[in-house]
Amino acid sequence: MNRLRVLFRTTAFRLSALYLLLFSLCAAFLVFYVTAMSEGLLQQQTRDAVTAEVAQIENIYARAGVNGLLRALERRARQPGANLYVIAGPTGEILAGNVASLQPGFLDREGWTDEPFRYQRYTDESRKDSHVALAHVLVLDNGLRILVGRDLQEPEKFRVLVRQALMVALGIMGLGALIIWFAIGRNALKRIDRMSDASTRIMAGDLSQRLPMSGSGDEFDRLSESLNAMLGRIEKLNEGLRQVSDNIAHDLKTPLTRLRNKAEAALAHKATNTGYRTSLEEIIGESDQLIRTFNALLMISRVEAGAAAAEMNLVDLSQIAGDCVELYEPVAEEQALRLEAAIDPGICVSGNRELIGQALGNLIDNAIKYAEGGDDPSIKVSLVPGDDGIMLSVADHGPGIPADKRAGVVERFVRLDESRTKPGTGLGLALVEAVMEMHRGSLELADTVSEAQNNRGLTISMVFPPPSA
Amino acid sequence: MVTRMKILIIEDDIEAAAYLAKAFRETGIVSDHASDGESGLFMASENNYDVLVIDRMLPRRDGLSVITELRHKGIHTPVLILSALGQVDDRVTGLRAGGDDYLPKPYAFNELLARVEVLGRRKGTPEQDMVYRVGDLELDRLSHTVRRQGREVPLQPREFRLLEYLMKNAGQVVTRTMLLENVWDYHFDPQTNVIDVHVSRLRSKIEKDFDQPLLRTVRGAGYMIKDEDRPSP
Repeated sequence: MNRLRVLFRTTAFRLSALYLLLFSLCAAFLVFYVTAMSEGLLQQQTRDAVTAEVAQIENIYARAGVNGLLRALERRARQPGANLYVIAGPTGEILAGNVASLQPGFLDREGWTDEPFRYQRYTDESRKDSHVALAHVLVLDNGLRILVGRDLQEPEKFRVLVRQALMVALGIMGLGALIIWFAIGRNALKRIDRMSDASTRIMAGDLSQRLPMSGSGDEFDRLSESLNAMLGRIEKLNEGLRQVSDNIAHDLKTPLTRLRNKAEAALAHKATNTGYRTSLEEIIGESDQLIRTFNALLMISRVEAGAAAAEMNLVDLSQIAGDCVELYEPVAEEQALRLEAAIDPGICVSGNRELIGQALGNLIDNAIKYAEGGDDPSIKVSLVPGDDGIMLSVADHGPGIPADKRAGVVERFVRLDESRTKPGTGLGLALVEAVMEMHRGSLELADTVSEAQNNRGLTISMVFPPPSA
Repeated sequence: MVTRMKILIIEDDIEAAAYLAKAFRETGIVSDHASDGESGLFMASENNYDVLVIDRMLPRRDGLSVITELRHKGIHTPVLILSALGQVDDRVTGLRAGGDDYLPKPYAFNELLARVEVLGRRKGTPEQDMVYRVGDLELDRLSHTVRRQGREVPLQPREFRLLEYLMKNAGQVVTRTMLLENVWDYHFDPQTNVIDVHVSRLRSKIEKDFDQPLLRTVRGAGYMIKDEDRPSP
């Protein structure tokens, strides 16, 4: 019963009920219209026939007088399927004809009867059996009244028949609609039930579940497909979130533990003033590192949330690149590295100067940090416009990153084992990636291609979309 | 020091405010404290402070609205905004509201002190000087030349701006982030000691052939250019 109520509430049911109603109304209108039209036509035919007969009778009367007329009417009245004939005296009493009774006073008025009337024939077995007819009353100059009429039994039958047919047709339509709706609605309902079952399981926490697909490629499948794609994205984000929180737990708790340990150690030892001082300085250093990590994390999430997207305007990429090279050049020199620039002038993009500067700074800083030990102590910062986008690249000749690990290093807190000993938050590339996403660009990692045989080193490119796009 | 600087700290964290007041007192700066936006606005309007240090998130009236209201009243006391929010977009909104400087929490006290001192002095001295002088070092802002003892010291454009900023704030501590902000106009964390390297390059140029050191490194804080023979102005 409950299920039936659910079925009634489906859109399919409502739509089919609406259509059924509309079609029934149309059909009813059509049938009534057609019957009315044909009835009018038949009545008109009847009138024409009666009029012709009246004209004939007038003719006969003029030619043969009353006796001839009476004879002619006798003859006509006896023919099978004859018309109605009544001859009455001036007072209205029926003298001859094939009609048994008429309503009194019916013959008083000359001309057409106002509407179809009822009468009884001699042949009728009971008095209740009456017929409907249309008639014309003719008054002769001697006071005789002659009624010529025609039975309307045929059109009446026709109308009843058509009405019956309409009823049957409506019944069939209703039944058909009911069956179709039941079949379609039940099918739709079943699939919806399967989908909601699956989503209930997903909500319960099993994100690996997917909505069922019938494989027919219909609207339900399309819906399931896009919902499944959404679920995939959610699962991926969820996975990322879990990984990040694991990483946060590790990368923030580790320095916090160190911090605590240092403070404890300082308290435990009967330290001198200078001993306290060193400990406190170390503690401040540790907290600075923590603050740095926090800031970077916060910054990434703000950038990802699009908080800085409002602060986008046309910025001179060439100038930012130049600034960064100039800023980091002395640091590189201190590490016995050469920072070279090949920057095309006057390249502008829509962006946030601070964030692009920070991102490029991170890349150059990374290159300086990891490039040592290469055969070629140069780091090249280049900015070139291209068809696929504007490439702002930092190429070093350091150890590089194996191709299979490249996707991973842009994740938050992911640091390759070789770099664990170097200072850093593990968030630098994640920030660059977030910044590039905000600028609708991308981050590309590749081997450094150089004339030397061993293409060692890493080239990281920030690819901005071309200005026209 | 002729007059003591007097500042107002609008900060709802009582403990942090007390720490700041004590630390400022030790450096000779007098501070008042307001613990919510409304009373802060009232105190800033009624008294004449050199610098206002305003936390962004305050009870009863938030920091930005305090600044807007003050500026609306025609009070142009320099304002330093303290904020725990992310600095990408927050800095811009803060400065747009009428703040003069911005410092994200948590901060080092030395950083705050240096910035407050620079802001407080900005109120008094006009920036119209065309030539800055510290001891025998002379920087001509019009002709972009630097001379020491009459001898020209050739500098790169960025080195010139670095020296210009240091000399403009002669006798005061200038932090690394202040240098990055004012000389390079970037507000991010450069992660490495980039500024130190630039400063040491500049130092080698202006001090290499001379006996008297001018550019001092202030431990745990930043740099200061000062004529060691004379007391600070």
